[in-house]
Amino acid sequence: MKKYYVRMGDGYLEQMTREEIKAELEAGMADASEKAKIAPLSESEILHLLEIMTTEARFVSVERGREIVLTTDGVVVTGDDEPSAGIPVCRSTGVEIWERIVCADTAELGNWDYSYKAVKSVVVSEQQIMQRILINTVLPVFYGAMPNLGLYTQPDGPVPNPAELLPQGKISEARACQEEAMEYATKDMVYVAGLLYEAGADGLNFDTTGAAGDADFLATLRAVEILKDKYPEMPIMVGMAGEILLGMHGELYYKGVRLAGLPPHEQAAVVQSAGATIFGPAINTRTNRSFPWNLARALTYVKACVDAVDIPVHANVGMGVGGVPMSEIPSPDAVSRVSKAMAEIGRLDGL
Amino acid sequence: MGVGDPFGMAITHALASGMGGIRTAGDLVARVQMSRGLKTEAAKEYVAGKLGIGVLDLANEEVMTEVRRELDLGLVYSLPGYARGLEAKRNIAGVLEIPVNCLRRLGKGT
Repeated sequence: MKKYYVRMGDGYLEQMTREEIKAELEAGMADASEKAKIAPLSESEILHLLEIMTTEARFVSVERGREIVLTTDGVVVTGDDEPSAGIPVCRSTGVEIWERIVCADTAELGNWDYSYKAVKSVVVSEQQIMQRILINTVLPVFYGAMPNLGLYTQPDGPVPNPAELLPQGKISEARACQEEAMEYATKDMVYVAGLLYEAGADGLNFDTTGAAGDADFLATLRAVEILKDKYPEMPIMVGMAGEILLGMHGELYYKGVRLAGLPPHEQAAVVQSAGATIFGPAINTRTNRSFPWNLARALTYVKACVDAVDIPVHANVGMGVGGVPMSEIPSPDAVSRVSKAMAEIGRLDGL
Repeated sequence: MGVGDPFGMAITHALASGMGGIRTAGDLVARVQMSRGLKTEAAKEYVAGKLGIGVLDLANEEVMTEVRRELDLGLVYSLPGYARGLEAKRNIAGVLEIPVNCLRRLGKGT
């Protein structure tokens, strides 16, 4: 029986029959559908996905007219001060290369220490670089960083560490620490984002939101609210850290919605209600499951996000999210299939 | 989003599903999506309407090179006499009738 090359969730190249691949797709879809109580993919969508999986070409692309907008995080091309491609040119040159060599639709400036707290102390130099980029480029340029609530707890920050308090049974103390950290984080995000916008940035990106749980997410939602009140035309993108929001605090609410445990489509609704312009769901890749299983699962989640909100949805499709295998250098055969499936089946607005 | 993580994959997404950036109308559709909060399909229709071309031609390099030259919206390569950087963005703001933040912040005299 004919076998097709497929990746595993860790990038390992495996072979499966058409029937085996279809079974993997259905199992991945069912996992998401049951856990988040969302609609499964239709039979025609599964067959479309199966066709994408079994095409012999190494690289696939969307049908004409199905192209979507690409946003990103950080200066991808290079930067002598960044752990990126390591080519010794400055970040502003990196964005120009990104614009005219890669020909991506948008670019982003980010600091090597990709957190709003860390940027606060060097924000003036970030403004200078942003201004230089904007003078020389045409494409829209975001400024991006992580909310990163963890940086506000000891030993990195001023607040006692909830991860140390919780094992001691000090639950109320741990919650109080997170609430205090939220105040610092929101203040820093508003300060840094405001200055970069005033320097001319076309948009702001809150990347890997919720990495430290529900308090991290709420701090960001509050920052979005304040920024949109101050700068109503500011485009704001909120990208998530993972598929189910961790309840590190457990009793935080936003406009009556309990944040702990929110699945992606409910995260999207909350982000929209805060005033954000673009939502970015992040669906984790399981390394011990197959690429078809992971992609079908990710598609089921993101499709529910698209149905849940009116704002554009740009899924996270980097290393280990959105169905992309968790390997250091993901293969274009898998990545291009994610791209095509997200645009054609997920009906996403961008990646 | 998230495509900045590992090496060499961003270009895969750009080619597999991206609009084509300034090679086509990718930056223009992105700008409209960002400034007006439109879904991609609506943003494409808006841009196509303003440029007076069909939606399919937004990602057609042959057509968009001519359109970008004619309206002076910035090109992949810097031909002498054509707008670059801020000047191109001023033209984009005018043609698409959208705000471009850096023009307000950086180039009040442009």
